[in-house]
Amino acid sequence: MSKLTIPVRKFDAVIVGAGGSGLRAAIQLSEAGLKTAVLSKVFPTRSHTVAAQGGVSASLGNSEEDHWHWHMYDTVKGSDWLGDQDAIEYMCRKAPEVVVELEHFGMPFDRTDEGKIYQRPFGGHMSNFGEKPVRRACAAADRTGHAMLHALYQRNVRANTQFFVEWMALDLIRDDSGQVLGVIALEMETGEVVAFHSKATVFATGGAGRIFYSSTNAFINTGDGLGMAARAGIPLEDMEFWQFHPTGVAGAGVLITEGVRGEGGILRNSTNERFMERYAPNAKDLASRDVVSRAMVTEINEGRGCGPNKDFVLLDITHLDPATIMKRLPGIREISIQFAGIDPIKAPIPVVPTCHYQMGGVPTNYKGQVVADDGTPIRGFYAAGEVACASVHGANRLGTNSLLDLLVFGKASGDSVIEDVKSGTIGLKELPANFADFTLARLNRLNTQTGGANVNETRLELQRTMQKHCGVFRFKDMLIEGVAKIVEIEKAVARTEIKDKSQVWNTARVEALELDNLIEVAKATMVSAEARKESRGAHVRDDAPDTAANPNGRDDVGWHKHTLWHREGSALSYKPVIMTPLSVETIALKTRSY
Amino acid sequence: MTTSTMQFKIYRYDPDKDNAPYMQDISVEVDFAIDRKLLDILTRLKAKDDSLAYRRSCREGICGSDAMNINGKNGLACLTEIKDLKQPVVLRPLPGLPVIRDLIVDMTQFFKQYHSIKPYLINEGPRPDRERLQSPEEREELNGLYECILCACCSTSCPSFWWNPDKFVGPAGLLNAYRFIADTRDEATNERLDDLEDPYRLFRCHSIMNCVDVCPKGLNPTRAIGKIKEMMVRRAI
Repeated sequence: MSKLTIPVRKFDAVIVGAGGSGLRAAIQLSEAGLKTAVLSKVFPTRSHTVAAQGGVSASLGNSEEDHWHWHMYDTVKGSDWLGDQDAIEYMCRKAPEVVVELEHFGMPFDRTDEGKIYQRPFGGHMSNFGEKPVRRACAAADRTGHAMLHALYQRNVRANTQFFVEWMALDLIRDDSGQVLGVIALEMETGEVVAFHSKATVFATGGAGRIFYSSTNAFINTGDGLGMAARAGIPLEDMEFWQFHPTGVAGAGVLITEGVRGEGGILRNSTNERFMERYAPNAKDLASRDVVSRAMVTEINEGRGCGPNKDFVLLDITHLDPATIMKRLPGIREISIQFAGIDPIKAPIPVVPTCHYQMGGVPTNYKGQVVADDGTPIRGFYAAGEVACASVHGANRLGTNSLLDLLVFGKASGDSVIEDVKSGTIGLKELPANFADFTLARLNRLNTQTGGANVNETRLELQRTMQKHCGVFRFKDMLIEGVAKIVEIEKAVARTEIKDKSQVWNTARVEALELDNLIEVAKATMVSAEARKESRGAHVRDDAPDTAANPNGRDDVGWHKHTLWHREGSALSYKPVIMTPLSVETIALKTRSY
Repeated sequence: MTTSTMQFKIYRYDPDKDNAPYMQDISVEVDFAIDRKLLDILTRLKAKDDSLAYRRSCREGICGSDAMNINGKNGLACLTEIKDLKQPVVLRPLPGLPVIRDLIVDMTQFFKQYHSIKPYLINEGPRPDRERLQSPEEREELNGLYECILCACCSTSCPSFWWNPDKFVGPAGLLNAYRFIADTRDEATNERLDDLEDPYRLFRCHSIMNCVDVCPKGLNPTRAIGKIKEMMVRRAI
């Protein structure tokens, strides 16, 4: 069945994904005059960046003294020293520039009395190397992601960017040398499959939070970029590190921003105690997210949860001035009324830690280039945002650093593409003869499968397995069992069946193809987590407890290194953490406390 | 008992196999302990019949994907409480736009109108090193405007948009036009007003206010349109 042909379209660059990082990269490329295609499963402003709430970090110092070096320190500490210090320095130094740029693009930031960008406190944001909370999160009420995504889309309208809306990328095209030559994509409206042949391919496909049953993430967050990369032989880095956001609405999973605590919100248990004072005496409710989530689960596990089943805690803002809530947290009030059935002006919000963000991803350097195991760039391939692992978030991301990551690395990846295209480092290489065979075989298998597995049930089983075996606290035996279960689920995924065979807007087909990506991410996560025999950041296991030799269970001798999961044979390899920043001194390993 | 059966009538059309659209009667077991929103029910229905096609993403009313016509009124499935719905619940695609399949409409015309108002900040002056200053009061002017999620509930409930989707900008586009007119950082107010001073682009709005009635974010396009008209009058005298 070789040499099946599909239409081919040629571009200088193809960007897959039109959330924050994809749109930021697209601005660079369009304004530089490169022939660029941006593919997105959804209309750009429906991408999940739109749901970010609290802010984007930058040491603007608009309300009090701040410095990028302090921001860098907080990020390294937040990452539990697993973040690469060159990338972290790059991001924190660039933050003021990219945030101001966004303001120039039209972003409707809230303002201080002097007319500057409004900044609020956030978890883990401290002044003077961890001393006391600082206002660093630049905010547009509690709709920062929405305001940002629309401003970035609008700038792209101005730049005449060419969008392919409601196209799903299916597979990466690589030649024998390993160079990336574009993607094969499916137009959802017509069912047509087309090759986007390009000099440069930028992945900005976002995260895969939908591998968990309870998630703040949108339905579309199915790790498509990760699945495509894994199938094309590119390893996934640090996939055991998943952030559970402390405050998802109990039952619904919808996000309640950390900005609520930034504005003075307090977490309380069933005895009305402000329990974070016990876990983080200094930062309290504004400790890092992994720390707060573990404290909440501990409270619930020890019987101090609220409600009839004692299975959530309360986020209390009833002591705040209603005018402040209406002005700074209007979206949160709407969400609480809609999804918790309570008005937070009058009653506390029931919350529970909920899967939120993937710290790992496709390995990149700080220029947004995807790198091989030895650190050399893979020609023609770039990635930015949640799909990428630069690694700036290490084992735990600080709140508001995700929106910053989008801007900084979206722009950096765009600049790298421009440089590589203009210098002739990458050109339009010929497509291999059989480039479409693998993808067409996948589609054909799905179209002809009979007696196969139900997509919805298989996905639910995957999500429940991840939730049960790979949650906030992890247990050795559960992880081992989890790996075996995921391997079983993988077999079902290989023989999914859909009843809908229509060529027109076939959402059943799209969901089956998304499941092909979810399983890669789930497997990478479970296998990497089972293997990492220490506790670090968001990865905490029962057999790596807090001891004098290994405070917080962190084992720097054995495990201060990045995981690389390879799809072939589900094999693991490791690479060192980059401890040398670009211009300042190394922030040396230290026990983490808040 | 938290479970009960709900009756639905859903617009179905797959051009690949159907000669014409039809309304499908479906009953579904609902568990009110878990299912709160219409989107929860659609998810249940899709688990049984994977051919039911609709758009959805964030499920929290911020992405604007799952707009549809629910018992005769446009709204977002993810924000619609099921217990308030009269049965049988009639679900149709957004009115006034071509149907692609089932509850999915072709939104090309809607976005064309949005793009036509130059939905981006125009300020060609030299870029300062820092942010452009804007007072809290000036920023306040953007509230009730910038929150638009482009779901199209408003424009597709507007009779004027139904008759002239190619000529009338529609409530969503006009709300966004005023979002930039009202922005103190934008320098193209006159050009923007010139562009709208047209019997169709702006003046097809007859203040029917369906847009205000259906906006899932509680925004008021009619007021924004009124402000644009006011500014036109003011600059004429």
